[in-house]
Amino acid sequence: MSAHPAGVLAAFRYVDDAAQAIRSLKEQGYRDFTVYTPVPNHEIAAAVGHRISPVRLWTLIGGLTGVSLGLLMTMWMSLDYPILVGGKPIPSLVPYIVIMFELTILCGAGATILGVLVHILRNRRAAAYDPRFTDDHIGVFVPCATDRRDAVQQLLQTSGAEEVRVEA
Amino acid sequence: MATTMHPDAAPHAHPTYHEVTRDIAATLGNPGRSYFVLLGFVLVVLAAGALALLYQIRYGLGVAGYAPPVMWGVYITTFVFWVGIAHSGTLISAILYLFRSAWRTAVYRTAEAMTVFAVMTAGLFPLIHVGRLWYAYWLFPYPNQRGLWVNFKSPLVWDVFAVSTYFTVSTLFLIMGLIPDVAAIRDKAVGWRRKLYEITSLGWRGTDQQWRHYTKAYLYLAALATPLVLSVHSVVSWDFAMGIVPGWHATIFAPYFVAGAIYSGVAMVVTLIVPIRKAFKLERYITVVHFENLSKLLLLTGMIVGYSYLTEYFIAWYSGNPFERASFWNRAFGNYWWASWTMLLCNGVLPLLLWFRKVRRSIPALFVLSLFVNLGMWFERFVIIVVSLSHEFEPYAMGHYTPSWVDWTILAGSFGWFFMWFLLFAKNFPTVSVTEVKEIIPLPRRKGAHA
Repeated sequence: MSAHPAGVLAAFRYVDDAAQAIRSLKEQGYRDFTVYTPVPNHEIAAAVGHRISPVRLWTLIGGLTGVSLGLLMTMWMSLDYPILVGGKPIPSLVPYIVIMFELTILCGAGATILGVLVHILRNRRAAAYDPRFTDDHIGVFVPCATDRRDAVQQLLQTSGAEEVRVEA
Repeated sequence: MATTMHPDAAPHAHPTYHEVTRDIAATLGNPGRSYFVLLGFVLVVLAAGALALLYQIRYGLGVAGYAPPVMWGVYITTFVFWVGIAHSGTLISAILYLFRSAWRTAVYRTAEAMTVFAVMTAGLFPLIHVGRLWYAYWLFPYPNQRGLWVNFKSPLVWDVFAVSTYFTVSTLFLIMGLIPDVAAIRDKAVGWRRKLYEITSLGWRGTDQQWRHYTKAYLYLAALATPLVLSVHSVVSWDFAMGIVPGWHATIFAPYFVAGAIYSGVAMVVTLIVPIRKAFKLERYITVVHFENLSKLLLLTGMIVGYSYLTEYFIAWYSGNPFERASFWNRAFGNYWWASWTMLLCNGVLPLLLWFRKVRRSIPALFVLSLFVNLGMWFERFVIIVVSLSHEFEPYAMGHYTPSWVDWTILAGSFGWFFMWFLLFAKNFPTVSVTEVKEIIPLPRRKGAHA
């Protein structure tokens, strides 16, 4: 029993080999493979070719929520419990900017974290894994049916994988 | 491949990825007897502080040394001290990240953990200071049957928002940075630690999708944390600058406090990193170059702080305001002359030694210097808060404040609290980032060196 689909798992030592393998896989129409790297890497990211992460939208919406929350909260609360000093106007924007700023940061950061969690969970794929991938190897897992297995194995091997194994 | 661990063997050769994982994973686990002796000592100090606090809770704030007009004393001084300590962590982890400064990778985790624990320490002090700490929730705006809301025009309320935001965001930032590291350690660990890391790595495997969102989020968090860190100590400084007390009411306060905060924080980073590097044998990752860069930061911020001291005195004289003049005369030559001169000596004069390259590259010298800066920065806050309050406007309302044993014990206990968290962290989580240290080493390539 395994928690991931059947497929081929390759471990690469060299980053250019791995990038080459990813490009070849994409040329042949594979899309649902998973790449593991110990560190974020531009070459790999470019080869995989994702669109830019939508997390920035979360940050923006979180920040905007924070700033409006700060404005509404300070304005409403000071009007709801007015502290009259020398007949000066009750709501006073300048000191409230501090609160608005802090809430912008707080909600922006919170939403960013939430965004990462949501997007990572939503794009999670069951895939075979090897502990070397957080250490010093680059991993590529290609889920495929039994009849395509040899071709994928061949492709990964010729790209320069250090080890290729079939994961049932 | 060279497998040598000796620091002098090849100072410029990059360690391999595998060596990074191995060496940093080796810092975790069983740290030996001296660690437990130290932890025990720290816990005893913390317990003393906790007992003093219980005593104060039982008998009231009268047991602290407050004497009108000085109603802000050691607790507020210590609060500002610890908030200040926190700042360099975010400077190193966020601001230097945005500046793409590669040397930060070896020291940022320690600095960031220090930030979180320092804010955790600082946050206790306003509560200890207000006495009835079980009413701490009054600080936040919440619906209540009196129909009462907090006063958003008060800098003390800004402070509540600034410090709690800072604590939340710096904790998120620390955890965020830890996830890939914990995953790397998880894949090496055995036993109950493996369970711990499996849970705390949140299923991280370093897939393309994970990195895609993670790297962007990290960037945005850094971009949010950067203005935050500048705002927090500005807000803390406005606790004072918004008051009309001579010695407080100055526009220079925000930049002066931010520079001072980063200064004291960098000193604390040096204080922490010197023993960690030794104990965990990390000489290969934390090198003299890192210490030299830290000391340049110390020199820069120390010069800004020294300049601010001179500006304060100059403006006190130049303003022609007799109260301002009297306040600063009292600082230098009044009852508390010893505190002011300790501050000037430790923060203004001693760091000038850092102009010498020999001092910047000598780790023992830096360690000793960092202790003096820590001391000096505590006295800076003491001078600003206590000495200014003791000498306001009317001679009949002037007074003298002497901290009581309760003040001193709780101050000591705060160090116990801070170091307890730090020691527990250092034993169980990597104090040097596995992933970020790897990031500055190019991944191996088959077809020639690309980097």
